[in-house]
Amino acid sequence: MTGEAGQRRTISVEGLARVEGEGSLRVDVRGGRVEDVELHIFEPPRFFEAFLRGRRATEAPDLTARICGICPVAYQMSACTAVEDALGMDVGRPITDLRRLLYCGEWMQSHSLHVYMLHAPDFLGCQDAVEMAQEHRTAFERGLALKKTGNRIMETVGGRAIHPVNVKVGGFYRAPSRAEVAALSGPLHEALAHALATVEWVGGFDFPDVQADYRFVALRGPGRYPLESGRVVSSEGMDLTPGGFADLVVEEQVARSTALQARLEGRLEYLTGPLARYALNSSQLPDLARQAAARAGLGATCTNPFRSIIVRAVELVVACEEALALVERYEPPDPPTVPVAAGGGVGTGATEAPRGLLFHRYRIDPEGSIAAARIVPPTSQNQIVIESDVRRAVQSALDLTDDELTWRSEQAVRNHDPCISCATHFLDVTVTRQ
Amino acid sequence: MSSEPPPSLAVWKFASCDGCQLSLLDCEDELLGLAGAVHIAHFTEMTRAHVDGPYDVSLVEGSITTSEDAERILAIRAASRRLITIGACATSGGVQALRNLAAEGEFVGVVYAHPEYVSSLETSTPISAHVAVDFELNGCPIDRRQLLEVITASLVGRRPVIPDHTVCQQCKGRGAVCVLVAHGTPCLGPVTRAGCGALCPSVGRGCYGCFGPVGGANTDALAERLLQLGMAPVDASRLFSTFYSGNEVFARQSVTLRRAGDAS
Repeated sequence: MTGEAGQRRTISVEGLARVEGEGSLRVDVRGGRVEDVELHIFEPPRFFEAFLRGRRATEAPDLTARICGICPVAYQMSACTAVEDALGMDVGRPITDLRRLLYCGEWMQSHSLHVYMLHAPDFLGCQDAVEMAQEHRTAFERGLALKKTGNRIMETVGGRAIHPVNVKVGGFYRAPSRAEVAALSGPLHEALAHALATVEWVGGFDFPDVQADYRFVALRGPGRYPLESGRVVSSEGMDLTPGGFADLVVEEQVARSTALQARLEGRLEYLTGPLARYALNSSQLPDLARQAAARAGLGATCTNPFRSIIVRAVELVVACEEALALVERYEPPDPPTVPVAAGGGVGTGATEAPRGLLFHRYRIDPEGSIAAARIVPPTSQNQIVIESDVRRAVQSALDLTDDELTWRSEQAVRNHDPCISCATHFLDVTVTRQ
Repeated sequence: MSSEPPPSLAVWKFASCDGCQLSLLDCEDELLGLAGAVHIAHFTEMTRAHVDGPYDVSLVEGSITTSEDAERILAIRAASRRLITIGACATSGGVQALRNLAAEGEFVGVVYAHPEYVSSLETSTPISAHVAVDFELNGCPIDRRQLLEVITASLVGRRPVIPDHTVCQQCKGRGAVCVLVAHGTPCLGPVTRAGCGALCPSVGRGCYGCFGPVGGANTDALAERLLQLGMAPVDASRLFSTFYSGNEVFARQSVTLRRAGDAS
């Protein structure tokens, strides 16, 4: 079926696959024009902000980790830094570096999951990674090896790959020994080679020719690609502390979604995640990542969302290089934690989850309990842009059959690695053609 | 060689964080072997492909928190030969069962400006409160080795071998220093089901009960010990009220301690 004048088409995906969580997508096309795109998030709400009230601020890292099993470290890091900001605590460089190593593990785990299991099958015409593995066995095994090393870092530093147990406000319960961390060096050297091969592999895929004009928002810090800290900057020159940024973000509730939608000043949509981080930090890429990006044909920015898979692969190289550097100079922080300061206050923590900026803000009462919590995950911030992307992708491909157009729409969503479980705190695709 | 088709496996999600499903994808060394031994008929996080039931084995993650989900689980049960719940949410309601202790209207209003757009039940309940469950695998998150054991056992038709002893015993087996005895650190190890490998005591922190209560858990005795250590009743109450607050053993102990705190 093609989009002839006056014809009505509905493309509907009732259970968006290869994303984290539950959502659907509906696209209405009338007379060859995309009229409406609705991303429905029907992941049931879990009310984290509500039950955090009255809990000890020190409980926030373990409780909020349970918002997302794919990026629990991101939740723990944003929770810790928010509480530490509220209480005026400075954990110092050695603890920050160990957090960064843990976070590199999560990026490796999450990015290899997305690149190899969730996203690459789209480019190769496969329903899933298992089907892909039949023809691309070497590539699939490379993805699994990368993922495994990411998990191993999280187990070594965090004590567990999903919902790590070793993270606390102030630092860590126990610093891993020099020998335990040194044992990561061999697997990381292998992972680095796999990450470089990943950039080359995905760089050879065919990409739809789509360009978008994004307002990018990401962290930026001095001298390092952003992970666990930094100021919040935009492609339009915004440069704020995490707290100043949180003040600007207004979330709105829409009937079709249990995830709130975020805009700057309540009116400007923006994109966070790999494309944003890369555009705002490509000058801070470590050497091998910068060379790999250049070989794959990435400029200083990438505005084709389908090519986000290349940026994610470059970030796999970043995570491996960073982790190796941290492993090589590792000295166990002694003590592994700084004392939790008494008293209360208001604080914001912003870190770069694999799929984008995640910020937490807590108001802590003088007894150390949470009086108010606000958690803004990446997918809430990216939701409006994802809908615009689907609109653009469908509009530019109306000559496709309904089945092909449905797949293309899904792919336009998966380009941003949305985490619906996080955001509810997301996709069935329906395309209606009229 | 039999020419019978491989058994079908379906994975379903309700209110949850995705972490227990991820445990399946985290079986990096076994994933292709598993995919060769079963037909993955439904697993939204992993594949676009969907095959209608019946299914030989259904793995269910997440708790029931909406009336739509309460209907959906009935259809999944009817289409599944064996139904196995994976994780704290599916087996006891999960961390979101903390809402069971508050009026829902209060909670929705904190997160959503238009509570009328959100239809949600007042409670978060385990799958077993709605349908018959053939096996429950605990943990927040589950342990992936235990998951492989449960799937393997289900495929060959035997009972899974999952230990029903305490974290305490696992901790002793590991040779870790007892954080409660040696350091006076509050620890739920004596009343919590084994499975994690005593991870928390091995990093010098007390167990926080993320595998739920072991059968016959004497939580009263542990609560008394926690108070003797100088823990405030309200803090001891919170310790029992995290990822298994929907479990009646932990919930009752939490409420008892909270009332003790209110009375003092």
